[in-house]
Amino acid sequence: MADTFLLEVATPDRLLVREQVGGADIPLTNGYIGVLPGHAPLLAQIGTGNLVYTSQGRPRHMAVDGGWVEVLGDHVRVLVNTAERADEIDLARAEESLKRARDRLTNPQAGLDVARALNALKRAQARLDAAKQK
Amino acid sequence: MPSLIDIRRRIRSVKSTQQITRAMKLVSSAKLRRAQDRVLAARPYAGMLSRLLADVARSAKSDERLVHPLLAERPEERIQLILLTADRGLAGAFNSNLIKAAQKFLEDHAARRVEMVTVGRKGRDFFRKRGAAISEEHVGFTEKAAYSDAVAIAGRVIERFAAAGIDAVYLLYNEFKSILAQRLVVTKILPVTVPPEAAACDYICEQPPADLLNGLLPRYVEIAIHHALLESGAAQQAARMTAMDAATTNAAEMIDRLTLYMNRVRQASITKEIIEVVSGAAGVE
Repeated sequence: MADTFLLEVATPDRLLVREQVGGADIPLTNGYIGVLPGHAPLLAQIGTGNLVYTSQGRPRHMAVDGGWVEVLGDHVRVLVNTAERADEIDLARAEESLKRARDRLTNPQAGLDVARALNALKRAQARLDAAKQK
Repeated sequence: MPSLIDIRRRIRSVKSTQQITRAMKLVSSAKLRRAQDRVLAARPYAGMLSRLLADVARSAKSDERLVHPLLAERPEERIQLILLTADRGLAGAFNSNLIKAAQKFLEDHAARRVEMVTVGRKGRDFFRKRGAAISEEHVGFTEKAAYSDAVAIAGRVIERFAAAGIDAVYLLYNEFKSILAQRLVVTKILPVTVPPEAAACDYICEQPPADLLNGLLPRYVEIAIHHALLESGAAQQAARMTAMDAATTNAAEMIDRLTLYMNRVRQASITKEIIEVVSGAAGVE
């Protein structure tokens, strides 16, 4: 059996990854799954988090938010709403937005959309996690 | 016969027009390149999405009948037409072809109720002046449409279709075929036609396929609109480039003609003066 599979990651605007990888950790809505070569066919929804894949022996990180993944044989398709490679993330800005999201939740103002604020917090956390792993 | 000064003035004015059209041609050829890049960049996602949708739809079909508000086929009584024109003119027949096609669409469906969603200033202005039923209008982003623009257009349309307020949604736009030619395209985007399925395979589904469909179908509609927006953007720049190129050539021809004419007029006046001098001299002798 092959020891790699083809990983494709795309957003509506661009294709981020199309390469042979050794494995991938993908954030689903209810927790991460690890995908290795020879994984069973799978359809699932992607949540917010840090997608990690191993390319040429090195882990690479990417903050993703919302989408779907399809695993089929030696081909994994990841369709996400937004994705940023670790080296594209501005660490200072990511920390800033995390702080803002936290503030909003700890000192809630009237009419705060809690679900939205929580999502913003999660997104900020994911971006920070990915950026720190660079 | 116009005087020499008039002709010179005319030549100068044509020359400055030519400079403008030449500049516009260069600008749109640069924009065209970027627009084409965007079309290409968006293609992988669209391809993957339609495969994914086919696979999910098949999985969904195996455990229940495929039902979803966005797949509902109803007799087409109330139709919505999304017309993608440009915001600006000077693009040859780009806008007028679209508008003609839209009018034909309205005539063909005269027995039903057709409402329009206009994207781009040109289409909006034309149909507003003629009092067509416009339910929504979007302007200002046809030259570089972002994905969020497609989402904004799709949102209301999907909502109304799901609530059975409309029975079908068509999209009318110019597709970029080549730099010299655009192709008018009319496609039905709602109800969604599920793309033909690939080889069968049993998937493990983390979520019930029906739940996956809930997210996938609206996305599929958004992507269809996004794709059309990008195509239309590229086609628009190509049309403008061709039109401005033709205008520049025409201006050059006109300058040549006027220069020739000017020389003739000058020659004629010189000849006239010589004759006057010679006949004056002959009168003295």
